[in-house]
Amino acid sequence: MKTRRFPILSTVCTMLTLIMALLWIFPIYWIAATAFKAETDTIALPPKLLPWPPNFDAFIYVIQNSPIFRWYVNTIVVSVSVTFCTILFSLMCAYALSRLEFAGKHVIYAALLVGFMLPFGALAIPLFMQMNKLNLVNSYLGLILPQIATPLTVIVFKQFFDEVPRDFRDAALIDGASDARILFGIFLPMNWSITWAMSIVTFIGTWNNFLWPLIITNSTTMLTIPVGMTQIQSAYGIAFAKTSAIAVLASIPTVAAYLIFQKRVTQGVMAAAGLK
Amino acid sequence: MLQNQRNASRSRDRKGWRVAWFFVVPFLFFYCSFLVYPAIQVAYLSLTNSDIAGQGRFVGISNYVELAHDGDFWASVWHTIYFILLTVVPNTLVGFFFALLVVRLKRLRLAVLSAFFLPYVLPVSVVTTTALWLLDANFGIISYVFGAQTAYFADPTWAMPGVAVVTIWWTVGFNMLLFIAGLHNIPVDLYEAASLDGANAVKRFFFITCPLIWPVTSLVLVLQLILQFKIFDQVYLLTLGGPYNSTMVVLLYMYREAFQQNRGGYAATVAIALVLVIVVVSALQFRLLNVRRTK
Repeated sequence: MKTRRFPILSTVCTMLTLIMALLWIFPIYWIAATAFKAETDTIALPPKLLPWPPNFDAFIYVIQNSPIFRWYVNTIVVSVSVTFCTILFSLMCAYALSRLEFAGKHVIYAALLVGFMLPFGALAIPLFMQMNKLNLVNSYLGLILPQIATPLTVIVFKQFFDEVPRDFRDAALIDGASDARILFGIFLPMNWSITWAMSIVTFIGTWNNFLWPLIITNSTTMLTIPVGMTQIQSAYGIAFAKTSAIAVLASIPTVAAYLIFQKRVTQGVMAAAGLK
Repeated sequence: MLQNQRNASRSRDRKGWRVAWFFVVPFLFFYCSFLVYPAIQVAYLSLTNSDIAGQGRFVGISNYVELAHDGDFWASVWHTIYFILLTVVPNTLVGFFFALLVVRLKRLRLAVLSAFFLPYVLPVSVVTTTALWLLDANFGIISYVFGAQTAYFADPTWAMPGVAVVTIWWTVGFNMLLFIAGLHNIPVDLYEAASLDGANAVKRFFFITCPLIWPVTSLVLVLQLILQFKIFDQVYLLTLGGPYNSTMVVLLYMYREAFQQNRGGYAATVAIALVLVIVVVSALQFRLLNVRRTK
């Protein structure tokens, strides 16, 4: 109805919105564009807005002269393991909290709510000492284990499971199904979209995690990409095309995950904030 | 018959108890080992003079006494509060503004939404690399466009506002999503009824949109508050607390005490101080969420 009364105002507003949106992603465009320039072109004045013809030297140099491939493998191993374990264990725990009766249930849920408030950064020091004693500094286990226990995922799944009608489980029990079958055969498929959503959000979050990998790794071969790329940059000094190329490579998985699963990411982000 | 059923259900209960623990134990193991135990540990460490390897002895509350008189710590608290002032409200307002822009679109909606949200999925080091490149004093495109060669992150006046701007660019998409959801929940008939009663767009905005979006606004404000208390990554990468400690925030101070000064016990005390503040703010968040649910 607004549009009908002020068609011009509406068009102007849309134009402004588009300009804002373009300005907002310009930094991302710019770093991608820089990655496809020759090193000398990056500091040319006036700046070349379009990297045409594209120059792949920076990418080739980075891939050949840095452990970026190894870091990629590290980050994939860590992110996939953390995501898989977090989702699996959270689904199981949430199912029990939502549907099963057992002693200690309410204590566990209360403990999750309290743990949800504790900032990871504040636990980093004892966690580091613990990992140090277990000899897990600079190891995959050291990177992975502490990232699995996120109470938030359990809380979200429990909220969704709570909305499944009682009859589903009762009927399946009468048919002789075990709780494991009920969880993976009924509850999981019924909540498929939120499970996907939480998986993708967990994957992106783990891929991007900076503080824990920074603390628990210091050998070049065990770094994850977000931490490793900062090391390389200080080694390169002023080399804008190369640092940009690494930044582009580091963000491909999360950006791709977002663009492909946009709806799920939105859903996961909302659920994590307490909105459905 | 009845007796049989009762017996069956009792044995199912006993079996159910075991099944339940089978479901809970994997998560609980990780939770206790890597969250509960370190949480207890951090409280204990704060009463010791441990180094970062965990070697040290009990010293009572002397760390807390030292913390209360530690000028550098209080400076880091003020820097964190300054950062919060620079980000929490602006980030919420910009998020609301973007949400308003997005919801009125029809065809380009998804594209515009993605543009505003995309920075949020980038790793923090990509965000800071981008910021350092665009804002580079000599070759950055922003210096070129505005003709001023300011090294923002090396200037005590500009460093913190610079970090704040980068943070808003990075995270505003999250707030925008929450506001979009909130705007969708406002019934359309309210606007129609108001138009029939002669309320113009400005009035509809201030008397319908603003009050009805308030629950989301308060949620966003509290979430932001909790998040920004924990600021670490961006300062670590952009300024390392400098120049002249002007961006030394609480978590970075803790990190430095622990891993550079090798004072694990004292760093744990800093961590406890941070936890206390965040628990208070989080309690506020729970209240907000519960109020909304019971409505």
